[in-house]
Amino acid sequence: MSVVTLHINDELVSARSDQKLLEVIREQGIDIPTLCHLEGVSDLGGCRLCLVEVQGSSKLLAACVTPVQEGMSVYTHSERLVRYRRMILELLLSERTHTCAVCVTNGHCELQYEAAELGVDHVRYEYLAPQLHLDASHDRFTLDHNRCILCQRCVRVCDEVEGAHTLDIMGRGANSRVITGLNRPWGDCVSCTSCGKCVQVCPTGALFFKGSSVGEMEKRHAFLSWILNGRERKEWQW
Amino acid sequence: MNRPELQAMGERERERQQSYRCRLLCCASTPCLSSGATAVIETLKQFIKERELDANVLVTATGCMGPCSRGPLVTVQTRGLEDVVYEHVTPELARDIALSHAAPEPKALDRNLLAADSPFFAKQKKVVLSNSGLIDPERLECYVARGGYGALAHALREMTPVEVCEAITRSGLRGRGGAGYPTGLKWDLVRKAPGTRKFVIANGDEGDPGAYMDRTLMESDPHRVLEGMAIAGYAVGAEQGYIYVRGEYPIAAKRLENAIRMAERRGLLGGRVLDSSFSFRIDIRIGAGAFVCGEETALMASVMGRRGQPSPRPPYPAQSGLWGMPTLINNVETFGNIAPIIDNGAEWYAAIGTDKSKGTKIFALAGTVATTGLIEVPMGISLREIIFDIGGGIPNGRAFKAAQTGGPSGGCIPAEHLDTPVDYDSLRRLGSIMGSGGLVVMDDTSCMPDVAKFFMEFCMDESCGKCVPCRVGTVQLHRILEHITNGSATPRDMETLQELCVMMQETSLCGLGQSAPNPLLSTLRYFREEYQAHILERSCPAGKCTMDNVPPLEQGADLQRRARSTTSDAEVS
Ligand SMILES: Cc1cc2nc3c(=O)[nH]c(=O)nc-3n(C[C@H](O)[C@H](O)[C@H](O)COP(=O)(O)O)c2cc1C
Ligand code: SF4
Ligand code: SF4
Ligand code: SF4
Ligand code: SF4
Ligand code: FES
Ligand code: FES
Repeated sequence: MSVVTLHINDELVSARSDQKLLEVIREQGIDIPTLCHLEGVSDLGGCRLCLVEVQGSSKLLAACVTPVQEGMSVYTHSERLVRYRRMILELLLSERTHTCAVCVTNGHCELQYEAAELGVDHVRYEYLAPQLHLDASHDRFTLDHNRCILCQRCVRVCDEVEGAHTLDIMGRGANSRVITGLNRPWGDCVSCTSCGKCVQVCPTGALFFKGSSVGEMEKRHAFLSWILNGRERKEWQW
Repeated sequence: MNRPELQAMGERERERQQSYRCRLLCCASTPCLSSGATAVIETLKQFIKERELDANVLVTATGCMGPCSRGPLVTVQTRGLEDVVYEHVTPELARDIALSHAAPEPKALDRNLLAADSPFFAKQKKVVLSNSGLIDPERLECYVARGGYGALAHALREMTPVEVCEAITRSGLRGRGGAGYPTGLKWDLVRKAPGTRKFVIANGDEGDPGAYMDRTLMESDPHRVLEGMAIAGYAVGAEQGYIYVRGEYPIAAKRLENAIRMAERRGLLGGRVLDSSFSFRIDIRIGAGAFVCGEETALMASVMGRRGQPSPRPPYPAQSGLWGMPTLINNVETFGNIAPIIDNGAEWYAAIGTDKSKGTKIFALAGTVATTGLIEVPMGISLREIIFDIGGGIPNGRAFKAAQTGGPSGGCIPAEHLDTPVDYDSLRRLGSIMGSGGLVVMDDTSCMPDVAKFFMEFCMDESCGKCVPCRVGTVQLHRILEHITNGSATPRDMETLQELCVMMQETSLCGLGQSAPNPLLSTLRYFREEYQAHILERSCPAGKCTMDNVPPLEQGADLQRRARSTTSDAEVS
């Protein structure tokens, strides 16, 4: 694999030519917000939080899906980018119903964390607050559409890592919904192995273990790199 | 079939056509069919049989002739007479037409005539639509009689793939699907891309509201598209092509399917095309009614049987498209330009149009103009000529207000820019785009915020929901426009609109979200005072919006005011 050199925020860095920008940026210790990216599954490029400016490109590019290129010059925190990231978070918070004070992941939520990091202290857009239902038909897990940000992490982990493909997205635009089975109650889906991977990778309180109360649902994704290292490199760290 | 056989076939068909004293060409494209063309054609056929005129008169169902709002249309070609076009033809009139033209002393009627020298026809230049309305789209022979498949035969025999790409590059042809990317350059990229298999796709999804250029081309001259695709396949090294046809276009799909079957049977497509070593198969894929599936990456996902959602580029389809293979994707109208370029030479084509935009463009002229329909004009013609000469101006004595081009990705052009030449770059400078060719004319009864709301609602419904700026941004923009048009907006909303629009343009994943704010931004640019009237004076200058709401913070005052007025009303009575 060949090596390329590029500039990130005016610092010269080198990277493997098969790397994505996001990985290289993070290796430099630069903190860049992401919501749909998840180490270990394919990338979507949907949340648009990881957008960066690349000199010579008229468009902003999502770092998680953009391959590195020799000689590119990347800026990660321009005034415009930070402003857009805030707006994206405001849009996400306005889309469904995010009342953190009564949420199972309060204090452990990635959406909440990124919003706090970027200083989003109020939302300038109208709260859309659609009244969506909650699927508690599974014995162990609950899916609450009112807190879903449609990042599709659950869909990808269920398909690519667990291999069950119980989850998918139905509808389009603002009517998109995560569905289980062919839009059956989760509890009726025989394809679900109840592995819980979707719950662990969900960045918000949309997926949680039954019985969690306010602020009790903490997610862990360490298992993903553990499984993937084991599967791909036969490195099992017990 | 080989080249001499192809030529012989064309010759036979031309002789056959000339053996009739008169040919009645009846439009059987969707707009005319919906205004009663089927009855006209049936009546004519019946009538010819009854009067035993079969040997002298030929009735042909053709594609679109252009002035669709005047349909059903019938063109009559009579030996020894000029061609004439009749409009609003009824079955009764059709009988009279047949009688009068098939008589030993043929004579045109003096009713329902559409003058051939009227500006509607005179200002057009038909390149892509040169056969449309003159041939029977269901008969391969008709296409071949007008030189069809000659370009393919020429390219296969006398040109190398490199030369074909060069010719297209020299012609200056740019993609007709919206963005205007140079076609020759794209072909060359696919030709050079390494890959064991390559694919060609014709994009016939055409989701813009009101646009029907691509449908008409596919319905009226399907072989033209197939020939263009085959030439492209030869040029880039592909053996398989797909035409993606919008699900709402069953007639187009049927005619294409029939055309593919006929061409394969005659050896013009399929294995060993025209007895050369080149093979090219074409299959049809039917869309399921999503606008976003016109976007190339979403379209390819749909062709492969996946959820029709765009994915980030790079990689571009030219590098990694269908099943990871290099894929050429062009609009069907782009493919419609190929055969004429090969036939007449790149220089001939490059002489039409303007410096940076060559050739002709088909527009679906709609809205408040005297004649709506399908027109093909040279690039660089002014909007004024299109609307006032070809379209015949604004009816009912009203004034022109704006022309909308490019559909939900385009913008509104006001009266002061009517003399701008219509080409890719001029339209872009005005904040609109050429788009695929929708052109909606609006008179002074249109309210611009309301127009912007219409297009935003379209984008909101059609957003695929993959990325946040478009999925939520369109909903928020639509909400604000709703407030503006119902009287509950505040001055702050103008800033929010502007900021959100620019943000969506810069951050959305695909062209839908990136261009969804265009109609809104262009009306903000040219009709700002109309927005201000809605917000500050709570009145709609065009008289369209009801304005019966109030901004949230004024609701208290409004209630008091109303309470007071009802008490005073009560006192009076
Ligand atoms: C939301 C969206 C919808 C589109 N719809 C169409 C369409 O209906 N037909 C089309 O030819 N191109 C459409 N395009 C453009 C295609 O992505 C692509 O650029 C085009 O087919 C390339 O062909 P061309 O180079 O011949 O223009 C659309 C693009 C976007 C972003
Ligand atoms: S999901 Fe996160 S942002 Fe939403 S309510 Fe729960 S804690 Fe708050
Ligand atoms: S629990 Fe496992 S199998 Fe079931 S939906 Fe979640 S990830 Fe898929
Ligand atoms: S349920 Fe969770 S992981 Fe799945 S899309 Fe919604 S927010 Fe993302
Ligand atoms: S811009 Fe809109 S249509 Fe395009 S990917 Fe994003 S959500 Fe889907
Ligand atoms: S993390 Fe890159 S777009 Fe979501
Ligand atoms: S459909 Fe008949 S003229 Fe256009």
